[in-house]
Amino acid sequence: MDGITKIEGNAGLSLHVEEGKVTDVKFKTLEYKRFFTEAMKGKAIVAIPQHLARICGTCSNAHLMCSIEACEDALGIEPTAQTKALRALTMHGLMIRDHALHLYLFSLPDIYGKDAFLDFDENVEAEHQLLHDGFDMKAAGNFLATLVAGRSVHAMYPTIGGFLKFPDAQGIAEAIKKLESVRPAALRLIDIFRNAPFHFDRKTQFMALVPNGNYGYLNGTIMTSRGEHYQKAEFRTHLEHVVLPYSQASAYVYGNEGYMVGALARLNLAKDKLHPKTRESLGELLTLFPSTDIFYNNLAQAVEILHSIDESMDILRTSKFVPEPVVKAPNREATGVGVVEAPRGTLYHKISVGADGLVKEGEVVVPTGQNQVNIERDIATLVQGLLPDTPKEKIELEIEKLIRAYDPCMSCAAHFLKVDWDSA
Amino acid sequence: MTDGEKLKIGWFSFSCCEDNTIVMTEIMNDHWADWKKKFDFRHARVLQSKNSMDEFDISFIEGAIASPEQEEKLKDIRSRSKKLVAVGACAVIGLPAGQRNAFTDAQKEAIEFLVARFGALPKVLKVADVVTVDAEVPGCPMDPANFLKVLGSVAAELGVK
Repeated sequence: MDGITKIEGNAGLSLHVEEGKVTDVKFKTLEYKRFFTEAMKGKAIVAIPQHLARICGTCSNAHLMCSIEACEDALGIEPTAQTKALRALTMHGLMIRDHALHLYLFSLPDIYGKDAFLDFDENVEAEHQLLHDGFDMKAAGNFLATLVAGRSVHAMYPTIGGFLKFPDAQGIAEAIKKLESVRPAALRLIDIFRNAPFHFDRKTQFMALVPNGNYGYLNGTIMTSRGEHYQKAEFRTHLEHVVLPYSQASAYVYGNEGYMVGALARLNLAKDKLHPKTRESLGELLTLFPSTDIFYNNLAQAVEILHSIDESMDILRTSKFVPEPVVKAPNREATGVGVVEAPRGTLYHKISVGADGLVKEGEVVVPTGQNQVNIERDIATLVQGLLPDTPKEKIELEIEKLIRAYDPCMSCAAHFLKVDWDSA
Repeated sequence: MTDGEKLKIGWFSFSCCEDNTIVMTEIMNDHWADWKKKFDFRHARVLQSKNSMDEFDISFIEGAIASPEQEEKLKDIRSRSKKLVAVGACAVIGLPAGQRNAFTDAQKEAIEFLVARFGALPKVLKVADVVTVDAEVPGCPMDPANFLKVLGSVAAELGVK
């Protein structure tokens, strides 16, 4: 059985060092299993998207979009153009809010040598600016998600076949205003992460859902850095599940090797599809990609914030949203697959339903499980390079910074890493 | 508490999706300047690396209790807190994190080895099953306005405006 639990939360790390050599690294998700996929069984399909959104708080709206897609795939429902636009906006709101949380609250303190974002000094001009930028940026993403989807966490309006409520003109105008006002902050953020002093470069494979049209998070083809393409239904033929007896989570490999998913993988594979205004503002910065420097995942997230701002403003300015009924289809025995790019990478949902509309079984593959093998390998390389002269506290800080660059999950990113040292 | 003294805050997550943590960081978008003046976050993993387990005026607990270690940790937090507030559905009613409690026999059998492997409790508990709870903010996730209301009334009980 695949153990599916939320990945954000409590994580730990154990390191085994023998005669100055790192011999074993275990990155462990310590969060207790809540058995969401087991609990799907026997539930009505209509209840599944809201059920699976509860896997993860911070990317709940990505789970919601992914599950809705899987359910619609099973039922043979094709969403309307307006629904697709509203879903795209839901994802843009999520990316702005979630990336901003990671970059401002989790990563910036490392760069500024602070313990917490709230420790930034309002009397220092640059820090004052960042405090305001950070909370304004999060608020803009939150506002967009709330306007379109009802809430930025566990949204209520998106459902199988469409939306239950639609944004009004006043809200749209307010969203555009807020997005426009934080655009300069996004440019400042990009500048900071472009010049950040942390780097960790090594060869790796990457994988992402690459859209056919504009850079986005909901549609397209799964592509890899090797140039291979997969359709979503094939996902379990190319990803191999690895059981980690020491962790409450699962890991995945591709072609017997680790790979990475997330903002850096997306930008590496699809930078040419970014919004024209985003590309124009970035200029030669985009030549930094493709990159295998994991710390550029932060830069890639900052770039995605800018893209999501530009793309959202375009959609909001050019669309007219009118109430429309939810598309319905009769129950049937079928299996459906959904795949989206969640903030932390490719997310897969699979659902099998009976003719009675009740779920037979389901499967969820989350981004952090896919990054697990790479995280462990990178930590081993990093620690080996720091041994034997670096003090343990310093090594632990470096490990935390590396893990945070992967943005594996809320609490991991939030600095609580506990390292069990085992030196022989 | 005297005027000008900051409220010592603890924010703890147990078995859950941490949606209330996200909502709290969203509430902060509008209240961070005020909170920076009024709150001393003694323990909040989402905000900082340096956390202390000394004493708290108010501890916020999110999530259900899934293991004996979590049970002990919660009791420890309670013993250090003047007020303890359960936030979100998993803390307040134990669900959905404790959905395995209501599994069928077949489902329970399917997950039994995993419950055993990690030494989880046979039955997932809500916060009030383990310690005395002074106030609750229900919801999945909690409602921001209700959180601010409860925060205000608990702070008032401690003599802080």
